[in-house]
Amino acid sequence: MSATTKTPAAPDNRTSRTTSQAARLLGDRRLPVLVTAALFLAMYVAGLSRYQNYGFTEPQVLLNLFIDNGYLLVAAVGATFVIMSGGIDLSVGSVIGFTTMFTAWLVERQGLPLLLVIPIALGVGAFGGFLMGYVIHNFEIQPFIVTLAGLFLFRGLCLVISKESISISDSSVSSLAQAQAQLGIGFLSIGAIVALVVLAAAFYVLHYTRFGRRVYAIGGNEQSALLMGLPMGGTKIAVYTVSGFCSALAGLLFMLYIQSGDPLHAVGMELDAIAAVVIGGTLLTGGSGYVVGTLFGVLVLGLIKSLIQFEGTLSSWWTKIATGVLLCAFILIQRAMTARKQT
Amino acid sequence: MSTPSVASTGTTPRWRALTHHHLFWPVAVLVALLLVNVPFTPDFFSIRMTDGHLYGSLVSIVLFGSPLILVAVGMTLVIATGGIDLSVGAVVAITGALTCSYISDQADQNALAGVFLAMGIGLVAAVVCGLWNGFLVARMGIQPIIATLIIMVAGRGVAQLITDGQIITINSEPYKLIGGGYWLTLPFSIFVVAAVVAITVALTRRTALGLLVESVGGNAEASRLVGIRSRRIKIMVYMFCALCAGIAGLMISSNTSAADGNNAGLWIELDAILAVVIGGTSLLGGRFSIGGTVIGALVIQTLTTTIYTIGVPTQTNLVFKAVVVIVVCLLQSPKFRAKVFGARGRGQAAPAQAAPAADAAPKMEVSR
Repeated sequence: MSATTKTPAAPDNRTSRTTSQAARLLGDRRLPVLVTAALFLAMYVAGLSRYQNYGFTEPQVLLNLFIDNGYLLVAAVGATFVIMSGGIDLSVGSVIGFTTMFTAWLVERQGLPLLLVIPIALGVGAFGGFLMGYVIHNFEIQPFIVTLAGLFLFRGLCLVISKESISISDSSVSSLAQAQAQLGIGFLSIGAIVALVVLAAAFYVLHYTRFGRRVYAIGGNEQSALLMGLPMGGTKIAVYTVSGFCSALAGLLFMLYIQSGDPLHAVGMELDAIAAVVIGGTLLTGGSGYVVGTLFGVLVLGLIKSLIQFEGTLSSWWTKIATGVLLCAFILIQRAMTARKQT
Repeated sequence: MSTPSVASTGTTPRWRALTHHHLFWPVAVLVALLLVNVPFTPDFFSIRMTDGHLYGSLVSIVLFGSPLILVAVGMTLVIATGGIDLSVGAVVAITGALTCSYISDQADQNALAGVFLAMGIGLVAAVVCGLWNGFLVARMGIQPIIATLIIMVAGRGVAQLITDGQIITINSEPYKLIGGGYWLTLPFSIFVVAAVVAITVALTRRTALGLLVESVGGNAEASRLVGIRSRRIKIMVYMFCALCAGIAGLMISSNTSAADGNNAGLWIELDAILAVVIGGTSLLGGRFSIGGTVIGALVIQTLTTTIYTIGVPTQTNLVFKAVVVIVVCLLQSPKFRAKVFGARGRGQAAPAQAAPAADAAPKMEVSR
């Protein structure tokens, strides 16, 4: 009987299978990450063919992407947590700027040893994130507004410390900044290694721990997460604390990278971080995405910059325009995917 | 001003009606901020006439605040539909860049026709940006924060592309009038702002348009089902917001006689959103108050001026702003009021506090 029903149904099955395969491909949550990874590869190959005589083929060019964008990667990983939970953190750039300023001030003006300054700076960043999460959860004010206040507050605190930039001449900072890890094909800076460690930790936390599940659940549907009895408040506050911590760490890496504190450091970097997360395929409504996508998002943004450098035009506005166009493309891809899923 | 005398008779119905008016708190904050200035600058409220122009702190607050008021008025309508427009700062930069680069290309920068054409080009570009935002939000169904993020990121790049990364300076008398000129003894920009606000209020409160906007913000799907073209209204609102930002862009570039793709209108979107929130418009959409927004924008500008006149180092400006945001938002949060004032004031002001407590009640039940 099964055989008789199978034969006539077969052609129908086949057509529905092909459409469902297309639908499944579009509905696959990994698709945006794969698209971003493919885009990165395509851009890299294009760079290889175009600038092969200018040293683009050296593996160090690839490693430099990590060295030059380590801080952005850390900040974007923090932003991934927040966005995954359905929130948004606009204070990232300000916290980064504040951390550079704060550490530069403590090390240079107050003469504190760097080993003491690092935990203080991380603590301040995490506490700032905690406060914002606390207000967001307990008083039910939109994350957008609360983190906007955070943006103003930390940028203002930068300026309160000093209006002018503080360059760092401390020997421990410069030795840390110049430290290199040889990899055979090239070298990585401390900042790049820290960024990769943070990425690995975030990957583990988001995909293999109870906390990670809760972040996804809250981002997916806050109401049902609440009804399931998940500790919403704790998770939400923790997410913003993580973001604050990551921003402060990114600030430390940025401070190492640029070896100065400046009240105007990292203005608008929250947008770069959010753009990297979106290009990496995380849904801005929350609940869906992979932290690995964020890595590719950062790499794509970094590669745009280095391609523009190799092109020799060096006009920073092309970076912005290219970022905007990419952002638009990925938002539309995401939209197409979620539209399919709903129907 | 009259707070102490009225507070003694604090429970009269008229007083309660006054304190519950939606403009009460914004106006109170504005008046308080203005009064703070008096001990530091005794002639703060005086306005004097020099060379046929009015000068004074109040005039300059309105003058320097006018671009912000414009952007905030446009933003109010967007927020009333439940959206948000982050791209206004970039639109300010694009409009300024286009207009100034067109004027600077002309042989005679004072020719009226050229200036009008340049302004037209700038404003059309702004409206196109708004159309794009509205298209993404209403047609593609993308979250407004994200949809407008695209122009926010790319727009400044476009503005720099137009000006070739330079700051274009121009020397055009007629163009200077919009942002820095005087007319009938008052700064010309005040008239522009007054006209835009009046037109907006007339369109939204004397016609059904405001009601439609609020219904779309309250529930876009429901309003579509009762026959409101909610998508078209959303697109229109984003175009209007961008047009307001464009006029603000003209004003800013005219005031400085220069187009700076990088810094023109930097962070004005945040100030505008802040002004809207201070003015009592809910970020969730569904209701709005143009008057509140204008007062909110004036509060922000007064805050900036106050910081200057008090002699606090200007760099703490942002810290003050942050504190104001937090305080205003906390005061507007029903949950905060229920927690802080509800427990203490239950005995004497039970009816006043009943509403926020009732708002918070169902949510607290769930978390239990």
